[in-house]
Parts: sequence; structure tokens; C-alpha cells
Amino acid sequence: MDILQILVNGLVLGALYACIAVGFSLVWGVLNIINMLHGSFIILGGYLTFFAWFYLGLNPILALPVVALVLYALGYVLQYIFINKVVTSPVLTTLTLTFGLDMILYNLMTVYFTATPRRVTMDMGSADILGVIMPMDRVMGMALAFLLTGLLYVVMRASTIGRAIVAVRMDRQAAALMGIRVNRIYAITFGIGALMAGAAGAVFAIVFPVTTNLTGVFLGKAFVICVIGGLGSVPGALVGGLALGIIESFAGFVLGPQHAMTLGFVLMLVLLVVRPTGLIGVKGYE
Amino acid sequence: MMTRRHIAALGVALWFGILALTPLLADNYTIRIAITIAMYSAMALSWNFIGGFAGYPSFSTAAFFGIGCYVGAIAQRSGVPLVVAWALATVFVTVFAVALGAIILRLKGHYFAIGSIAIVEVVRLVVSSWGGLTGGGDGLNVPLLSGGPDRVATTVLYVMLAIMLAAFVVTILVDRARLGFGLRCISQNEDAADMVGIDTTRYKIAAYALSALFCGTVGAVYASWVGYIDPTDSFSILLSVKVPVMVLLGGAGTVLGPIIGAGAFVMLEEFFWANFLEWNRAILGGIIVFLIFFLPSGILKLDYRRLFRRKSPVDRTEAA
Amino acid sequence: MTEILRLENVSKAFGGIRAVNDVSFTLNEGEIVGLIGPNGAGKTTLVNLITGVHKLTGGKVIFAGQDVSRQKPFQAARRGLARTFQIVQPFPAMTVLENVAAGSLFGGGHTAMADARQAARAELDFVGLGAVADQPAALLSLPNRKRLELAKSLAMRPKVLLLDEVNAGLNAAEIDGALSLIRQIAARGITIVIIEHLMKVVLSISQRILVLHHGELIAQGDPTTVVNDPRVIEAYLGAKFAARFGMTPPAAPLAPEHGAPHV
Repeated sequence: MDILQILVNGLVLGALYACIAVGFSLVWGVLNIINMLHGSFIILGGYLTFFAWFYLGLNPILALPVVALVLYALGYVLQYIFINKVVTSPVLTTLTLTFGLDMILYNLMTVYFTATPRRVTMDMGSADILGVIMPMDRVMGMALAFLLTGLLYVVMRASTIGRAIVAVRMDRQAAALMGIRVNRIYAITFGIGALMAGAAGAVFAIVFPVTTNLTGVFLGKAFVICVIGGLGSVPGALVGGLALGIIESFAGFVLGPQHAMTLGFVLMLVLLVVRPTGLIGVKGYE
Repeated sequence: MMTRRHIAALGVALWFGILALTPLLADNYTIRIAITIAMYSAMALSWNFIGGFAGYPSFSTAAFFGIGCYVGAIAQRSGVPLVVAWALATVFVTVFAVALGAIILRLKGHYFAIGSIAIVEVVRLVVSSWGGLTGGGDGLNVPLLSGGPDRVATTVLYVMLAIMLAAFVVTILVDRARLGFGLRCISQNEDAADMVGIDTTRYKIAAYALSALFCGTVGAVYASWVGYIDPTDSFSILLSVKVPVMVLLGGAGTVLGPIIGAGAFVMLEEFFWANFLEWNRAILGGIIVFLIFFLPSGILKLDYRRLFRRKSPVDRTEAA
Repeated sequence: MTEILRLENVSKAFGGIRAVNDVSFTLNEGEIVGLIGPNGAGKTTLVNLITGVHKLTGGKVIFAGQDVSRQKPFQAARRGLARTFQIVQPFPAMTVLENVAAGSLFGGGHTAMADARQAARAELDFVGLGAVADQPAALLSLPNRKRLELAKSLAMRPKVLLLDEVNAGLNAAEIDGALSLIRQIAARGITIVIIEHLMKVVLSISQRILVLHHGELIAQGDPTTVVNDPRVIEAYLGAKFAARFGMTPPAAPLAPEHGAPHV
């Protein structure tokens, strides 16, 4: 395989990774919560997209916004009812709580959806540019991933809600004094995190098969990307995602796919110790 | 005060007695539960050093347990005698924790939590891909203990109980010594701990090593008990979360909490396994959620009077 | 007089900013020395350099004849270089007694828990907190928390005690109490560096004053000399005001800029 092909594969993977991690990064950055539900949210998004396509004949691109909204609602409710109550507790409590919630969601999914790998098949053919072969569904997946990530960036920067979220992240007390209802902003933030996960899952289902067995893998990727790119910024997640995608793509070629994953985690551990702010290292969600 | 301490001592002795007597009184199923309780109690007591005393949210228990499994199994397969293999696993895991602790204990809070989870993943992936030594994803067969199933179960039970007792005794010693006091200072205010003359780095590494040591032994003994190990079973994130949950259930940073929590959790889990096989994971998740909201500081610190007091405003509103 | 602590050309830069620049001075046993300077002069940074919280960018710290420039905070504590914090740092869930016992056990060299507690109780009585020894530290009032800091530091049996703004946030009566306590501590032979914002407080108690401005030591000497030093007046009042006063020493002791409380 030539270098260009590996690079392009890495970019496609990286775009998907960025999309996977950006919601996780948002929740961690703003709520200071490591959301163990994130992997299940992604898979749930993927499954819902698959079922909408398979049973209702809905085009996955049309299904995506619907699925994203469903996940937003789920995230909002979970945060409002449960997580808000312990949002200022130490990490041990919040992480354990989201893990407990994840066990419930995961169990529901395995019972009702089973662990069978599901994939939306679009049959769009493939493109061949300068000897780089790229199935069109992957190209579309990449485009969607970039679009979604870009959309979140715009929302965070330009919308009232986005600015309110940034304000809460920077100073919870000051934001509350300014009349921002912090608990509601937290619920919205968590909802957006779930929404991005659901959308990422929908995109994923177009490109790769999804199964409940992958929840842990996705969660792990989100960890690694957040640490590589730095917490709490859309550009950080994008850089982290692309970096991990390209690194894995090359490492997979040189060392084999199994070692590629190990490399990602090792890189993360090294970065954690050497440079915990990540490569981008911005403070405050931008 | 003395009487309360006596009651606690009596309770612990009684509990050890009950667990130790299961081979004489009960069937193999009950013995298996007793073994599981002893095993998790030992691991919960271990985690309590770093998570309870020092207040560091460590999720690397599964790494220590899993490495214990593999070192014990590989040693035995290369002809090392059983007990030596177990000891070897213990030493290896402890050294591993000291080396690792020196690096990752610089991290705090969320970063430490994530780092400790990543360690489990890295070790699992390394073990999975190192096929020549570990059998890779296919796992490893471990030489079976001699004797029939009954004798094996009894032997494993007593070994696990011995580990649990050792972990308990070390907990008491640490609790009363400078180490325990220093770790409590660290958990409350690490900078201030540094300023009063506590060598925080060394203390934290000591706590981390103690949190690994017994898990290593437990892992090796577990491998000998079940006779087969594989990476997914040995390095499960579920284990890494379950053990802290047990300690939280009992009361983190206390001497008895881990034992109470592990006992209660294992029995609950067994009950749900037996009755709701398909939903056991969701039910465990439900227990965790319940625990966080209704027992935030554990069974030991439960204020029974407050439970009743909470009721009274409701009564008042109903009356009005 | 025997020398206990010496700084030789100590510097610290954060990125491009020189927080402490080429500072040298000597402290003698049993002295009370005031370290003053306007906001942001580098006083707390200097304390952090002496106690090993920050690494030195240049220079040396010599304590009791030994080069301790590379020490860590816990080593400083064990050697006898104790400090209090501008913002009090208790172990909130522990009792007042346990807080102080931590000092005597780890910093004060007591090996047995019972000895440590006994020593802690003595220090609590000394600072006047004996009655609240068994209360959780989190419940103490601010003046009492400051006393707790003091007791904790004393329990470490220090040779040098650096008091970083122990009087901030206290009222006049409480400051008088704190000052008499500081004199008693000095009488025990402990060298005291009192870092203060309020000149009045420092001038009344210190035998010698060090003035820090923009990270540099601009004056040192006995209180009267220092107060009349034109550079000190300029540092505190600004060049314009100093000129208007015609460089004459003001009658009243100088207040810091606008008398703003230190954060």
C-alpha cells in the first residue's frame, strides 16, 4: 500500500474519531465529568440509524438528525435527573455513576438490539483519484464527520447557548450570578455531548458495522483523543482525532492493527505525564 | 468506645469464621460464593489504600489482578512450584505498581482516573498480542490443583481467606501508623501535606503498591483455581470499577468498610445472577446508581437517625 | 549572632517574567525580620523559593550552612523551615488537634503518635486553641484558622518560620493578639520572617526590614532607615507622589496602595 493511500485512510478514520471525541471532550471540559456512557451513546446512535434505515427505509442522512435529537433528549434527561445531583462530587463518584448508568443502557441494548454487527449499506461505488481508492460511503462519512464537528464549533462560538456554556465552564458561580441557569446549561451540554455521540454513531454505521461489543473501544478512543488534543475544545478534538486516525493508520500498516491500538494508549499515557494539557492545550471551551 | 471496637472485632472474627466453616456446612455453590467474597474482600481492602486512605481514584485494579493471573500461570507452566509461582506473581505485580506509580501518581483527579484506566487497556492489549508468551486471545490453560473438586475448593477458600486476613491486618497496621495518617493528610490537602513534611511521592507510591500487592496474589490463586485465563476475563474494566464500588458501599477509608462492602456486593450480585441472568448487568448498574444517591458515604457511615428525620418534613407537608 | 539562612543572588523567572531577581540577604538566629513590598512584588514567590515549592532559576539558598537550593517542600519542613500560607491550608475533615499532630509527627520529628499528639496539644494551648482541639478544623473561624496554621507550623519545631500574611483579614484587636504571639515565638529562639502588606504591623514588630519591589531587594535595614528611604517611598506611592512629598518622610507610617486588602 502506498503512503498516500494510508494517509487518506487515516484522514477518514481521523474525521470519524474527531466526531466521536468532540462530545466527550465537551462534557469533560464543561461539566468536569468523565462520561462512561459515551461509547454506548455512539452505539445507540448507530443502531437507531440502522433500524430506521432497515425497517423504515429511511435514508441514513435523513435519519441522522432524528437520531441525534433522540440522543439529545436522552442525555438531557439523564443529566437533569441523575448527574446534576452529583456534578460537583469528586471524579470517583461521577465516573462511577456514569459507569452504573452505562451498565443499564448497555444491558438494554444487548437485550433489545443483540450484539449482532449492523451496518447500513449504501452501495455508492468508489472513487479512484491518483491511485488512491476510496469507497464513496467513506468519503461521505468523512464529509459528514467534518460537517458535524464544524457545526458544533459554530454553535459553541456564535450561539447564545454556546456562549452560556463557555461562561459556565469558565466560572460556574459567576455565570450563575449573571442569571445563567447552571443546571439547565449542564443538562444542555450533556445533551449536546450525547447528540454528537449519536450523530457520530449514525455516521459510523454508514462506514463500518456497529455492535455493542464496540462501546468500550469507542470510549477508549475518546479518552485517547481528548488527551492528545487537549480537553474542552473543538479544534483540540479535531486535531486529536486526526492525529490518532493517521497514527493508527500508519502503525496498523507497519506493526499490525492490534498494535496500532496499543500505540494509541501508550501515546496517551506518555502525553498525560509529559503534557497533560494536550498538544493544543487551550483552556476554556472555544 | 471500647465496646464498639469490641463489637467490630467480634463481628470480623465471626465473619471469618462463617466463611471458613462453609466447607463443613454447605454445598459447593456456597463454598464458591465464600471464595468469591474472600477474593473481592482482599481486593477491596487493597484498593482502600490508594482510593480510600489516599483519595486517589484508581481504576487499575484489573491490571494488577490480570498481571497476577498471567505471571502465576506462566510461572506454573514453566515448572515453577505452585506456591513459589503465587509469590512470584505477588512480587512482580508489586514491582510493576511501584514503577508505574512513580510515573502516574504525578497526575491528579480526572487525569489520574483516565490514566489508571488506560493502564488496564494497555496491559490487556500487550498480553493479547504477545501470543508467544501469553497465548494471545486464545488464553492459557493453567495446571489444575491436585485433588478432587471439593478439595480444590476448600484449598482455594483457605488461601483466599489467608490473603484477605493479611490484607485486613495490613489495613489495621497502616491505619494506626504514620503511613495511614500521612495518606489521610494527602487525601484532604496534598499541598498542605507536603508542607508539614510528608514525602507525598513516597507515601502515594507505597499506597499504590499496597493496592496492587494483594491483587497480584489473588490473581495468581484465581488462575490456579479456574484453570484457564484469557485477556478479556483477566483485564476487565468491570473489575476495576466493581472493586471501588464495593469499598464505597462499605465506606471508603475505613478499616471495616471494604469487608462489609465486598460481602454485601458479592451476595447481591450472586442473587441477581441466579434470578435475573439476562438483566444482571443492568441491575448491578442500578445498584451503583442507588448507592451513589442513597449511600454516598457507605453502609458504615449511614446515619440511621437522619433516615427518619428525612421523613418528617414529608409528614408535615402531608398534614398541612 | 549566628547566621541561620542566607540567600545568594536568588532569581526566579516564570516564562519571560522575572518574579524574583538577584535577591541576597542573611537572617540570624532569633531575629524578627519584616519582608514588605507592594502587591506583586514577589514576596510570596520568595517564600516559595525558600521552602522548595518553586525551583530556583538562579542563585543559592543556604540553610544552617547547607546548600538547600534543590530541596522539596517536605524536606524544607523537616529541616526546620516552616511557613504559613496566605490562604490557610487546613486538613478540613480532621480535628484541630490532628492537624497540629500532623505537623509534629512529620515535620517535628516525633516518631510515636502519642508523643506527636502531646506536642500538638502544647502548641494548641500556646496559641490559645486548647479549648477547640477536638473540633473539626473546617468549623474554625478565620482568626482561629490562622492560629491553627501557626500551631501547625510551630509543631514542626522550626528554626525559621515564614509567616505569609498571617494578619490579613484580621481586625485591630486580633492583630494585636497575633503580634504578641509572634513576639513570644521569637522569644523561643525561632527566627521569624513576617511577610506583610500592612506597613504599620511590620514596623512595630520587626528588628529589620527587607523591601522587595518588582522582584528586587531595593532596601534593607532597621525600620526607621527603611521608611525614610526615597526608593521605598517611591515604590509604595509611585514616582509622582514621592516627588510631591518632596521626598520627605511622611509623618504616619505608609499604607499600601489605596490600602486595598491583599487577595
